[in-house]
Amino acid sequence: MDLSSISPILLIASIMISATPILLAAIGEMVVERAGVLNLGVEGMMITGAVVGFAVAINTGQPALGFAAAALAAALLSLSFGFLTQVLLSNQVATGLGLTLVGLGLSSLIGKPYEGMKTPTLPKLDLGPLSDLPVLGRMLFSHDIMVYLSLVLVAAVWAFLKYTRAGLILRAVGESHDAAHALGYKVVRVRMAAIFFGGACAGLGGAYLSLVRVPQWTEGMTAGAGWIALAIVVFASWRAERVLIGAYLFGGVTVLQLNLQAAGAAVPVALLSASPYLMTILVLVAISARGTHGAPASLGQPFHAIQ
Amino acid sequence: MIRLEKRPQPSRLWTAAAPLIAVVLTMLVGGIMFAALGKPPVEAIRTIFWDPLFNPQFAAYSRPQLLVKAGPLILIAIGLSLGFRAGIWNIGAEGQYIMGAVIGAGAGLALYPSESVLIFPMMVLAGALGGWAWAMIPAILKTRFGTNEILVSLMLVYVAESILASVSSGLLRNPEGMGFPGSRNLRQWEAASNQELIAGTGMHWGVVAAFIAVILAYVLLARHIQGFNIRLSGEAPRAARFSGVNPARIVILCLGIAGALAGLAGLFEVTGPAGQISIDFNSGYGFTAIIVAFLGRLHPVGILLAGLLMALTYIGGELAQLMLGVPGASIQLFQGMLLFFLLGVDVFTNYRIRIGQGVAA
Repeated sequence: MDLSSISPILLIASIMISATPILLAAIGEMVVERAGVLNLGVEGMMITGAVVGFAVAINTGQPALGFAAAALAAALLSLSFGFLTQVLLSNQVATGLGLTLVGLGLSSLIGKPYEGMKTPTLPKLDLGPLSDLPVLGRMLFSHDIMVYLSLVLVAAVWAFLKYTRAGLILRAVGESHDAAHALGYKVVRVRMAAIFFGGACAGLGGAYLSLVRVPQWTEGMTAGAGWIALAIVVFASWRAERVLIGAYLFGGVTVLQLNLQAAGAAVPVALLSASPYLMTILVLVAISARGTHGAPASLGQPFHAIQ
Repeated sequence: MIRLEKRPQPSRLWTAAAPLIAVVLTMLVGGIMFAALGKPPVEAIRTIFWDPLFNPQFAAYSRPQLLVKAGPLILIAIGLSLGFRAGIWNIGAEGQYIMGAVIGAGAGLALYPSESVLIFPMMVLAGALGGWAWAMIPAILKTRFGTNEILVSLMLVYVAESILASVSSGLLRNPEGMGFPGSRNLRQWEAASNQELIAGTGMHWGVVAAFIAVILAYVLLARHIQGFNIRLSGEAPRAARFSGVNPARIVILCLGIAGALAGLAGLFEVTGPAGQISIDFNSGYGFTAIIVAFLGRLHPVGILLAGLLMALTYIGGELAQLMLGVPGASIQLFQGMLLFFLLGVDVFTNYRIRIGQGVAA
């Protein structure tokens, strides 16, 4: 095995790329869960975003339009989840699973004609002198705009939840929907908005996979990224800054195992390719062994207002 | 103004009617979808739901397929339904199905080319154990550390898939297979093959096992104290704890049964219809079974019917693909929509719709 073939600069640069889709999906799902809704359909929304973004980018030649369409499509899909769970009061776990199955089916239906095609991808951003820095330039400052947007989004969500009135209302709805309802806040409306936002984020994450990270469309290409995003929210104890850490940690594991595979490490390939999933399980166990860890009190509970 | 009023008890009429309405809605929306794809909608729906059973040209081939496809779906869904009733969300049946097939086939292949009659029963046992052991991972993590079983069981599907990929090109690869990935063909090895029991019906041991599972699950839920405990844990967890039901035991029991049944389904598939361990051996039965369990209202008899219906959409889907060029993925979407509509229509099962300004409750 030749570990020297793994360059630390490229390694960190590719960790940022591979973490971005999970980060986008996880930060959206975190907002949804902070509003008290458990949407297990992240995987389905992500893959819908991946295919819609890819199709639109190919047909228009504009990756940016692809991202916008992906966010919109996944958000619209998430509204069906919202309608079922918030208006028709269906079971959130079952509906989320259904959303994933619908998303997987829908995406392979839409994606069939696009298999094997090449898409225009996002250009690397030129940050002027920053990009020209000797080591850091290649590592941190020569990515495409979505990498930085995802970081800005994390900061924005963090500030929104911590400092704004709307963020406070959203958290109140998630902690006790009955109390929030009694205070006159529109629980269902707040939750619908959160679900919409979560869907848009998952769609962006999916589009990042198909437009930048891979960049191609293959059926089932998210390969559990949506579920890992769900796990990261638990790992992060529902806090924005920890979602960032979690996503980069998982990005790191993914990239490292790919590099080890390429370098021909003396570890079975099956173990390496399963390592992101095994790592997720280990982290979940470590987190849950610590006991209670800040889950919103109304998470997953149906809300039925008695007039 | 429209309001929802919670029913004191779920409506029995709507419990039975909701799946039927969901099927009709799916047909309608599916028809619109086919029309949008430029396919004749009525013909497409008829090809999926009617032709596999009654078309003189295809029925002879597709009727036996009904049991072949329904067997694993029912077997897995019965196991899942016990957990769903108790509020335990095992969504990793696909992984348990793979591991049952891998362990069972591996146990058999270790003794190749023995012709002992004990080989097949031993493989069945090993398959059930394999699925059971794979389900015990989320079960023990949940009972010991409180880890979320939804995420763990799902993550293990991907782990099982990479094990499957590894063994089909490594440990279990056919030594006489010219280096191609995939195990020996178990159907060509008398002692390990899961034969069609009655020629031309598609009836094999897996289907028999599915029918037995339906009966046992019915007895368990309706007549046995553990079945009562499972239902109680789901419907009133606090009451269950006060009456001395140990939640950890329910988790172990439900996940264990689900894993063992999924493992069995995998083994019967690999020794029968699939024939060999290969990279793309699994075909999503573990996920479709989730839909079957809900469509069957988590009731054994309902699951039996739902499994047959879902098998029909598989066969009809293939037929529609062949005859009308309908994309294969549209069937997957069809099945997902079915679950969605069912969950939506279920509002009538649990709530009354009140129109107008009623008296405040």
